[in-house]
Amino acid sequence: MLAAEGVVKRYGGVVALEGVSIRAAAGECVALVGESGSGKTTLLRCFNRMTTPDAGRVTVEGADVASADAVDLRRRIGYVQQEGGLLPHWTVLRNASLVPWLRGEADAEAKGAAALEWVGLDAAELGGRWPRELSGGQRQRVAIARSLAARPGIVLLDEPFGALDAITRADLQDAFGTLRRELGITALLVTHDLHEAALLADRIAVLRRGRIEQVASPEALVRAPETEYVAGLVARSRLGAG
Amino acid sequence: MMRRILALAALLVILPARSVGAQAADARPVVIASKPFAESYLLAEMFAQVLEGRGIAVERRAGLGATEIAFGALRTGAIDVYPEYTGTGLLAILGEPPRSDPAAVFGRVSREFGRRWGVRWLPPLGFENTYAIAVRKETAERYGLRTLTDLARAAPQLRAGFTPDFIGREDGLPGLRAAYGLRPRSVRPLVQAVKYRALAEGAVDVIDGYSTDGLIDRYGLVVLEDDRGFFPPYEAAALVSARLQRDRPDAVAVLTTLSGRLDVRTMRALNRRVEVDGEPVARVAADGLRELGLAGALDRGDAAPAARGGSLGAYLWERRGALARLTGRHLLLVALSLLAAAAVAVPLGVMLGRARAGAAEGTVRAVGVLQTIPGIALLAFMIPLLGIGMVPALAALFLYSLYPIVRNTYTGVRDAGPEAVEAARALGMSDAQVLRHVRLPLAAPSIMAGVRTSAVIAVGTATLAAFIGAGGLGDPIVAGLALSDTRMILSGAIPAALLALLVDAALALAERRVRPRGLG
Repeated sequence: MLAAEGVVKRYGGVVALEGVSIRAAAGECVALVGESGSGKTTLLRCFNRMTTPDAGRVTVEGADVASADAVDLRRRIGYVQQEGGLLPHWTVLRNASLVPWLRGEADAEAKGAAALEWVGLDAAELGGRWPRELSGGQRQRVAIARSLAARPGIVLLDEPFGALDAITRADLQDAFGTLRRELGITALLVTHDLHEAALLADRIAVLRRGRIEQVASPEALVRAPETEYVAGLVARSRLGAG
Repeated sequence: MMRRILALAALLVILPARSVGAQAADARPVVIASKPFAESYLLAEMFAQVLEGRGIAVERRAGLGATEIAFGALRTGAIDVYPEYTGTGLLAILGEPPRSDPAAVFGRVSREFGRRWGVRWLPPLGFENTYAIAVRKETAERYGLRTLTDLARAAPQLRAGFTPDFIGREDGLPGLRAAYGLRPRSVRPLVQAVKYRALAEGAVDVIDGYSTDGLIDRYGLVVLEDDRGFFPPYEAAALVSARLQRDRPDAVAVLTTLSGRLDVRTMRALNRRVEVDGEPVARVAADGLRELGLAGALDRGDAAPAARGGSLGAYLWERRGALARLTGRHLLLVALSLLAAAAVAVPLGVMLGRARAGAAEGTVRAVGVLQTIPGIALLAFMIPLLGIGMVPALAALFLYSLYPIVRNTYTGVRDAGPEAVEAARALGMSDAQVLRHVRLPLAAPSIMAGVRTSAVIAVGTATLAAFIGAGGLGDPIVAGLALSDTRMILSGAIPAALLALLVDAALALAERRVRPRGLG
């Protein structure tokens, strides 16, 4: 379970988050949607302490992250970034086994290999390759496998499919959605794509200039947008059409 | 591979060094030095042989950088004796204005050197070696030149080629300008080794020679008379350290037997044999001593290279043993200084890569300032702290090697795979783990490139080590420049260039090996 209450973050004079509160129940996937600069990535990074809020409270499974050991916290939470996050000098298998290895688990490689299979990669065939030898879609599958290998209860995803072509993206979205539900993972998904949010998330939070405009299920968002901004967003995405 | 080269290099250096180190401190050999020009080599060799003739052990440190290095070494007791000129002592060391009376100058330098540093001028050897402003015979005839006053009149039509030293010294061009109004059409800085040839071939019209240079005769040059008595007297004499006076009065007494024995004609003839005929310094010195009735230690055996006529290949082959030893020494200087520099610069660069950008950039630039200190100046600074020889040379090379390694390590670590670093942190690597498993492996090629740059620079810079008696391939270069011996210069320069290429290639290989395989 994830919760943020009244979170404020400023960078110099620029306000990134202006009193944001949001919750994700166990097993729920919440999408953070907004334009560049809306504060969605900043909010995501507060949950694994990659960012420290100026004010407010962030809890993970009921515990305040401010009092947690950052390194230990991060090893319990999966993380996927847009692209390029694989260690280029490590093999695919070693990349996938990173978190179990950091946690000192004896069967780290086995866990990494299993995670590769979950995302549809043949660990025996691809495990020994270097990241640069894979396609963009395969690399992003490895990144997702890496975030899940240690079987975390929570995964944070920052535009994980943003850099992929449409077909690869659709494949990967499907694979991730299925996997997340099977494993019962709580997820926060940052995206600027309302379609992706509607496809993968149980609820969508729309952010604008560091504030939350509306949090609702995809259906409710389409049916009853609470602000003009959300209405415009829905209209432009043609999400309700068809 | 590297370890084997190092071991070999160390062996080459330690073997000859052991025989020196084995002597007890009170039986330390008399250390005889010279400055890097032919006459200085010759006088120092005569000092050495006259002492050896009386059974006194000596160690030769020929060709020390320049006045400040040779005198600095003498003052601090790193060397015991070298030939110097009273005028240089007065002007360049004491910084006093010129005087024209030789006895007054000798009296002044004797008193002041003794009072300030306990250094003693032995009675002069018997000849003066002053500046000799020289022109070609045709030039003298065409413009009717006999004196410096005549020269000043014709100067606007003439191109001068002067040693850099002369261009700057108060008793050089600035003084001549004041005393005679001498203003040549152009002034070009030329080193001793090429000055005479440049004049003979008409590239310049007037040069500053020394009055005892053997090449003045050889090229049939006209030396212009100093009709206003501008140049101070430059009487040659042995300059003796406080330590030698205290510990070895017997050696000082033996050196005094040369006082008043060498006239200018004798000296010019001896210089000519070295500079023009290319005879070995040791043989010419021995002959000179024999003519004076002073038995030197003859036939030092190792000093009989072929006459200058033979091919370069034969010359190099003949000296292969000595060259191998010098190359080993050179490599050792480079390897030790580079290892020490890497041991300091890599951790420093890593630290800076994680410090605040402003502070880090400032520190890197400060290290870079070291790079701008001229080699000779840096060596001169080292002498009061570290004396002469291997240690100050290593210290100087170490300082020169820091910057490229610090700069490359710093930028390499700072800029290493930003997305990979971000992901590694977000998934729970500690800062130390990020450094060890991500930043350093990704920065390794950049760090090695810095080491490689430093190594190639160090191979070149290490030739300067000869100026403070540290040996290496600079030895034949410095001596060859001083003796106008092109083959000798090449016998140091060619192996040094090959060594630079070899070191570069070896480290290029190392650079490729430290590159993580995943980077392709």
